[in-house]
Amino acid sequence: QSTWGQLGAIRLLEHLPLSTMVFSKDVEVKYTKLYINNQFVDSVKSGTFETLNPTTGKLLATVQEATSEDVDLAVRAAKAAFHRKAPWRTMDASERGRYLSKLADLIEENADDIASLECLDNGKPVESARGDVQFAVNCMRFFAGYCDKLNGKNVPSERNTVCITRCEPVGVVGAIVPWNYPFHLACLKLSPALAAGCTIVIKPSELTPLSALYLAHLCHTIGFPPGVVNVVPGFGDKAGQALVDHLDVNKLAFTGSTRVGRLIMKGSGESNLKRVTLELGGKSPCIVLNDVADADFDKTVALVHEASLINSGQCCIAGTRTYVQSGIYDRFVAKVKELAEKRVVGDPWDSTTVQGPQISEFQLNKIMDYIKSGVDEGATLLTGGKKIERSGYFVEPTVFTDVKANMKIAREEIFGPVQCIMKFDTIDEVIDMANDTTYGLGAGIFTHNLDHAIAIAQAVEAGTVYVNCYLEASPNTPFGGYKMSGIGREYGKYGIDAYLEKKTIVVKVAQTIS
Amino acid sequence: MPYNLNVKPIYTQLFINNKWVNSESGKTFGTINPATAEELCQVQEGDKADVDKAVKAAKAAFHQDSEWRSYSPVQRRDLLNKLADLIVRDTETLASLEVLDNGKPYDKALGDMSESVEMLRYHAGWTDKLTGQVLPSNGPYFSYTKYEPIGILGGIAPWNYPLPMIMNKVAPGLATGNVMVIKPAEQTPLTALHLCSLILEAGVPAGVVNVIPGYGPTAGAAISEHLDVDMVIFTGSTEVGRIIQRASGNSNLKKTLLEMGGKSPNIIFDDAGDVAEIAAQAVDACFENMGQCCCAATRTFVQEGIYEEFVSKCKEYAMSKKVGHGGDAGTDHGPQIDEEQFNKILELIDSGKEEGATLQCGGGRHGDKGYFVQPTVFSDVSDNMRIAKEEIFGPVQSILKFKTVEEAIERGNATSYGLGAGVYTKNIDVAIAVSNGLRAGTVWVNEYMGSPGFGLPFGGYKQSGIGREAGEDGLKQFCEIKSVVIRSGNKQIN
Repeated sequence: QSTWGQLGAIRLLEHLPLSTMVFSKDVEVKYTKLYINNQFVDSVKSGTFETLNPTTGKLLATVQEATSEDVDLAVRAAKAAFHRKAPWRTMDASERGRYLSKLADLIEENADDIASLECLDNGKPVESARGDVQFAVNCMRFFAGYCDKLNGKNVPSERNTVCITRCEPVGVVGAIVPWNYPFHLACLKLSPALAAGCTIVIKPSELTPLSALYLAHLCHTIGFPPGVVNVVPGFGDKAGQALVDHLDVNKLAFTGSTRVGRLIMKGSGESNLKRVTLELGGKSPCIVLNDVADADFDKTVALVHEASLINSGQCCIAGTRTYVQSGIYDRFVAKVKELAEKRVVGDPWDSTTVQGPQISEFQLNKIMDYIKSGVDEGATLLTGGKKIERSGYFVEPTVFTDVKANMKIAREEIFGPVQCIMKFDTIDEVIDMANDTTYGLGAGIFTHNLDHAIAIAQAVEAGTVYVNCYLEASPNTPFGGYKMSGIGREYGKYGIDAYLEKKTIVVKVAQTIS
Repeated sequence: MPYNLNVKPIYTQLFINNKWVNSESGKTFGTINPATAEELCQVQEGDKADVDKAVKAAKAAFHQDSEWRSYSPVQRRDLLNKLADLIVRDTETLASLEVLDNGKPYDKALGDMSESVEMLRYHAGWTDKLTGQVLPSNGPYFSYTKYEPIGILGGIAPWNYPLPMIMNKVAPGLATGNVMVIKPAEQTPLTALHLCSLILEAGVPAGVVNVIPGYGPTAGAAISEHLDVDMVIFTGSTEVGRIIQRASGNSNLKKTLLEMGGKSPNIIFDDAGDVAEIAAQAVDACFENMGQCCCAATRTFVQEGIYEEFVSKCKEYAMSKKVGHGGDAGTDHGPQIDEEQFNKILELIDSGKEEGATLQCGGGRHGDKGYFVQPTVFSDVSDNMRIAKEEIFGPVQSILKFKTVEEAIERGNATSYGLGAGVYTKNIDVAIAVSNGLRAGTVWVNEYMGSPGFGLPFGGYKQSGIGREAGEDGLKQFCEIKSVVIRSGNKQIN
């Protein structure tokens, strides 16, 4: 039975019958070709790349590698599918909604297989992967309902004009998707893009291409008009760059590191000023106030522990800076240590496992470097800090205390299971500490005091502020970053706005009346 | 999907709290097949005591601790979609029942069913998208708005589009988390009751939807006067709409959403295009549902340049209508709903003849069984004739001549109604001037009653109605809006 630790899985699986789910390590990897214009094809240059299973470190599959030639073919197909006379543009908006609803149903029918594939390719606990798939389904259903509700406006304009606005699809969308929530994030780009009437070329991460290719297969089964959905796995500096540079891509949606986000902004400026939305990194603070001692103390510690370590720390909005008010500090730290040491790290197929491997050797080594810097710079290693000796890329849940704001571990995104705990006295102080970062993705506030909750929620510079919870998401809750955590919002109505272009139509007439 | 000759009404009782029950009084009433004037079956007749029971059940289902109040928007969405799927499954039965109970041609009845399905699916998509706002506040306040259900809705539905006119209350009502007590028209209770069986099957919690067949002055009045009904949604005649509005003032000031009658103008300019094609559209816009349509285009204004040709094309097209039983293949015009309507229509036709309009075709009863009226066209109608002023609700087209744009707008607006309007012209300035100038809830340009889906609010100016249905605006009429103001701290924060 999945534990309380898997926030995502628990929240989403509350109403799902876990006992009827069938996950399998032996799920077949069937789809390894590029998907362009409703066909599975080899890459133009016949290149391939390997994707590994991070739990074992062994080869999982060999996949066709898209380079700029393939991206060009995909963009051409997407552009043709977007032509004003093409079926995707001329069908009723509600019909697009029906396509998406049917795709959501088909994904749900195959969710166990998708989750199994995701677990092989990404290493996250399989029930967590199943939760990701369900959330993708829920979001797709949300966006499907929006297709015929993208209303423009009729503006009371001046000088004898009639003025209306139309919400039109922005065009061909390039989506560059990361490896931490591969299936969910591919769907999170596809759903609003298609709901808005766009066509899309998705480049999944080279580390986790398999579930996006499975998604391509499901789209193929549904039968979207050719060119509406294309999936081109490959590397960032080749396939990704090709999308960023392409003069026929109207919009680029990216989730990944801040470093690459900057390159994409530059690429937009250098190419055709394609619209850009970015979901980047974070160093999100969780702020715990003294009053938590009187109610829900254990629950709060568990929430904050999970917020910092979720998805093996590989989560943009992980609450990696924990600020604890001095009145409860010692008790809190003792409890955190206990939870970190109890955290079950291991085989993602085992339903007691809460933390699987890191995605790759490269990431693991980066994390170990940060841990070393924490020790070197004088933080106290409360627990963990070591690689786990076994196959795959495993590291112990790690907690530092006595962390100072200028330490690397306090300022830089580690993307591993490393929690930094800091003490504070007053609310004004902790607001400043929380905001002392170039990031601004999320924040958590733990208190039952109404005034404190409102004061901190309004003052902290973060796109999503959670009060007495963390990462509680609904398909309609907007999500995105302040400052260098991102540009734009996903989910909800704001999420679909990003895929729309607004056209104003002004008609001159002889005389208007009110 | 063929017409089912053998369809039989199964559900003939009241539907209260997810149970089928007889009326408290034990009384029943007969529902008639207007094609044959024969009784189809007896149906339990609800009155005040039954309405009281239903409102009590609805009130319990709306209690803040109830199952229905705990439903998330997504759960409501899934319920609406499930109900839509069940209607699809039972379409043949529902449409065939409708032909028997209402008389409309089978393909039109099928259209009613698919409209009901689409209405449900459209509203299902809204449940998790009705966002309130957070408002920039002066002072140390955190303020926001929230959409909430109104509470207990009373629905009084007409007989002309029986299922869609119930669905346009059920779909938004359920989407927004309300509960309801609905009285279908006594002329057409059957599809409403079959719908209840699907509501049960879909898993709607008990008490959320209750249906009480019965008469207006008894069951209808009980709903509009009930102190626990928070809003009444009525579709029907202006005459009854006034009664309901008065009842609101006499009872608990319940909100009213009224969709009533019309005398909608359809204004055809010289440059409209192919005269034969547009004349056919104009006739259909008037004869839609045998003229039993609130927004039927019953005053056809034709510009003098094409007037003669237009009149002759209308006559030709009207005479080509195949009048008959709705279940017969090829029928495109069925009977009127009952004897009372039938007599009213014939009386108004006579007034047209007496007041000097030119009868182009039709003008009397069709056949000798059932309530069939011949498709009837009058030309040379003037604005002061009864057929130009009063809502006939039958297949009677009045054609009037006009010269200028200004005149057309003036005369189009010279009515206490204001539901629909049409304008046919290829000229962009005329199209805009006329659509801006006509005081009507919906103006159609170059296709009368063109239906772009449920995003479009529908309702009346003046005595055609109060409020709007459909679309986001319509949906918000099914909600209360609550402002929440939280005082916090002492400082303003932007």
